[in-house]
Amino acid sequence: MAAPGQSRFVSQLKRYYALYTGGFIGFVVLLSILEQMGVPNKMLGYIFLGVTVLLYAGIGILSRTSDVAEYYVAGRRVPAFFNGMAVGADWMSAASFIGLAGTLYLSGYDGLAFVLGWTGGFVLVALLLAPYLRKFGQYTIPDFLGARYGGNIPRTIGVLAAILCSFTYVIAQIYGVGLITSRFTGLDFGTGVFVGLGSILVCSFLGGMRAVTWTQVAQYVILILAYMIPVIWLSVKHTGNPIPQIAYGYVLEKVTAREQVLNDPSTPEGAREAEVRSIFRQREKTVRDHLKALDAEGESYLASEKARLVKTVADLQSRHDTDPKVLAAANRAVADFPADAATARKKWRREAEADREKSGPVMAHAEPFAGPDEATRDNKRKNFMALVLCLMVGTAALPHILMRFYTTTSVREARHSVFWSLFFISLLYLTAPALAVLAKYDVYTLLVGSSFSELPSWVSAWASVDKTLMNVTDINHDGIVQLAEVTIGGDLIVLATPEIAGLPYVITALVAAGGLAAALSTADGLMLTISNSLSHDVYYKMIDPKAPTGRRLFIAKALLLGVAVFAAYITSLKPGHILFLVGAAFSLAASAFFPALALGIFWKRANKTGAVLGMLGGLFTCMFYMYITYPFFGVNAPLWWDIDPISAGIFGILVGFVGVIAGSLLTAAPGKDLQNLVDQVRYPSLDSDFKPKDY
Amino acid sequence: MQLKDRHKQYWRQNLHLTGVLLAIWFVVTFVVGWFARDLQSVTFLGFPLSFYMSAQGALLIYVALVGYYAYRMDKLDREYEVHERDQ
Repeated sequence: MAAPGQSRFVSQLKRYYALYTGGFIGFVVLLSILEQMGVPNKMLGYIFLGVTVLLYAGIGILSRTSDVAEYYVAGRRVPAFFNGMAVGADWMSAASFIGLAGTLYLSGYDGLAFVLGWTGGFVLVALLLAPYLRKFGQYTIPDFLGARYGGNIPRTIGVLAAILCSFTYVIAQIYGVGLITSRFTGLDFGTGVFVGLGSILVCSFLGGMRAVTWTQVAQYVILILAYMIPVIWLSVKHTGNPIPQIAYGYVLEKVTAREQVLNDPSTPEGAREAEVRSIFRQREKTVRDHLKALDAEGESYLASEKARLVKTVADLQSRHDTDPKVLAAANRAVADFPADAATARKKWRREAEADREKSGPVMAHAEPFAGPDEATRDNKRKNFMALVLCLMVGTAALPHILMRFYTTTSVREARHSVFWSLFFISLLYLTAPALAVLAKYDVYTLLVGSSFSELPSWVSAWASVDKTLMNVTDINHDGIVQLAEVTIGGDLIVLATPEIAGLPYVITALVAAGGLAAALSTADGLMLTISNSLSHDVYYKMIDPKAPTGRRLFIAKALLLGVAVFAAYITSLKPGHILFLVGAAFSLAASAFFPALALGIFWKRANKTGAVLGMLGGLFTCMFYMYITYPFFGVNAPLWWDIDPISAGIFGILVGFVGVIAGSLLTAAPGKDLQNLVDQVRYPSLDSDFKPKDY
Repeated sequence: MQLKDRHKQYWRQNLHLTGVLLAIWFVVTFVVGWFARDLQSVTFLGFPLSFYMSAQGALLIYVALVGYYAYRMDKLDREYEVHERDQ
C-alpha cells in the first residue's frame, strides 16, 4: 500500500466525519427547534431513534463488500485515530453508557473497580498483545492460537471460548437495545429487540468488518456527545465550571459535608433522617418476626396471617368513615399476600434486606472499602482488587476487541491505535465518576429537604414511569423528603441527567440514542466475532480449506444471520441480570485466552499441550466457580477465599497460567517453524518475513 | 532463520521497556489501591487522594503509559532497523 494513497484516504475520512459530526449537531438543533414549536416528546423520540438507526444502516449499505480482506479486517487500512474511535464504540457497551454512573452513584469508591478495570486493561493490550497480533496479521484470534500452537485443537478450543464469551456478552447488549427502544418509543420489548437487530444486521451483513468499523466511528461520535452534553450542563449548573472532571472535586467535598450532616442526629435534618431510619428498623424487625413465625409454624401461620388481613378489610368496609386510600392499601395487602411458604420466605427476606439497607447511615461516597469492622473492610479490599484484575485481563482477552487491531495498516499503527482507543474510552470513564457525584449533590441538596407537594419535576416524572428507578414515599409523614425515603435505581442517573440539569426533552432523546449507539456498536462487533469464528475458523480452516471466496463469504453471512436470530431469541426469554452476563463474559475470556495468548508471544517454550491444558483448565475452573457460586444456578456453595462470583476469572487465570507452563515443560519444545513464527511476530519487520497467504 | 545480535538486543530493550511500564501499571493500580484507606486523608485538587487516583489519576497514567510505549517503540524500531518500510 503506497503512502500517498493512505494519506489521501485519511484526509478524506477526516473530512467526512467532520461533516458528519457537524450534520449531527445540526440535526439535534433542528429537533430542539421542532420541540419549541410543540412537536410532542414521543414523536421526537421516534424521529431520533429512527434517524440514527437508518444512518447506521446507510453506512452499512455504502460499505458493502464482497472482498474477503475487506469483510474480515476492513482491508487493513483503518488509520490509528479512527480505529481508536471504533474500538471505543466497540468497547463501551450499554453497561458502560447507562449502568456505570449509576453503579458509581450507588456504591461510591468501590464502584471505581469498573473504571480502573475497563481502562487499565488497555495497558495490557498495548504492551502484551496488539502489536504482535497485528504483525501476525490474520483474521481471528483462534487463527493465532491455531498457527502458534499448531493444529486444530487449540484453534477449536479458541473458537468455543470466543463463541461462549461473545455470546454471553451479546445477550446483555441486545437486552440493552430492547430496554432502550421500548422505554423511549413505547414499542414492546420484543419488537424493540428486533428493530435494533435489523439495523445491526443490515450493517454487518453487507459489509462485515468494513461496515462495522465505519458505523462504529459514527456511533462513537453520537455516544460521546450524548454522554458529555448533559454532564457539562449539570456541572455548569452546580459549579459554574464547564469541565466536570475538574469541577467535581469541589462538589465531592460538599457531598461529603452533606453526608456528615445527614448522619448526625443532633442536627434537625439528621434527626429527621434518624426518625425515618428507625421506622425502617422497626419494619425490618416486623418482617423478621414474620419469618421466624413462618419457620416455627409453617403453612398454618401463613393461613392465619392471611385470615387476619382479610378480617382487617372486612372491618374497614363495615365502617362508614374509612379513608378509601386505607381500604385500598388493605385490599392490596390481601392481594399481594404470598401464596405458599417458599414464596413468602423469598418475599420477606427481600423486604427485610431492603429495610435493613434503609435503616443504616448514609454511605460515604469517597471512602474506600467502608465497613463496620476490619474484617469487612479487608474483604471488600480483596474483592475490589480481584475484580479490577479480572476486568483488566478480560479486557485484554475479549476477541471482539483484539480483532480490531488486525485492521490497522501496520504494527506501528496498531500501537498508536491502542493509544487512541484508550484516549477515547477514557473520555467517558473520566466523566462517569463526575456525573455520579454531581447527580448525588443534586439529590442530597435539592431533593432532600424539599416538600412532597413540590417535588422537582424530574422526580415526579420518573417516579410515575418506573418505581424501580425512582421512588419517594413519605415514610414518617412529615411532608418533607428525607434521603432514606428516596430509592433510586442505578440506571436512572444517566437517563434522568438531562432533566436534572434542566435541559429540553431533545437531550433526553439524544441520551437514549447514545445508549442505543453504545449497545448496537458492541453487539455489531460481537456478532461479527461469533460468525467469523464459525465461518473462517471452522468452515474455511477446518472443513473446506479450498472453498472459493464467494462461498466463504456466503457462509459467513448466512451464519451471521443465524447467530443474530438465535441471540435475539435467547434475549427474548430474558435470561437474567445484565451485570451477571457482562461479568461472566470478562471472566470467561480472561481465563480462556489471556495465558495462552500472552505466553504464546513472550515464551517460545510454550507448546500445544500447554496451551490446550491452560485454556481448558482456565475455562473450566472459571465456569465451575461461577456455577457453584452464582445464586442464579441455585447451588450456592461456600465461596473460595471469600472471592465474589463476579471475579471467578481470578481462579481461571491462575489455573490457565499454571496449565500452559506445566503442560509445556512436561512435553517437548515446539518445533523450529513455530519458534520462527514467534520471532516473526516479535519484530515489526524482518528480512525473512513471511507473507500471509490470504493477503 | 537466524536472528542477528541487534535483533536480540532490540527484543531485550523491548522487554525492558515493557517490564518497566507494567511495573508502573501495577503500582498505580494495585499498590495504590491496596493502601487506599490510608491515602484518604491526603487531599489532592480538592479530592481525597485515594478517590482521585482511582477515578482520574490512574486513568491519565494509563493513557500516558500507552502513549509513551507507542512513541518509544517507534524510535526503537528505527534504531534497530526493524521498522516497516513501505508505510
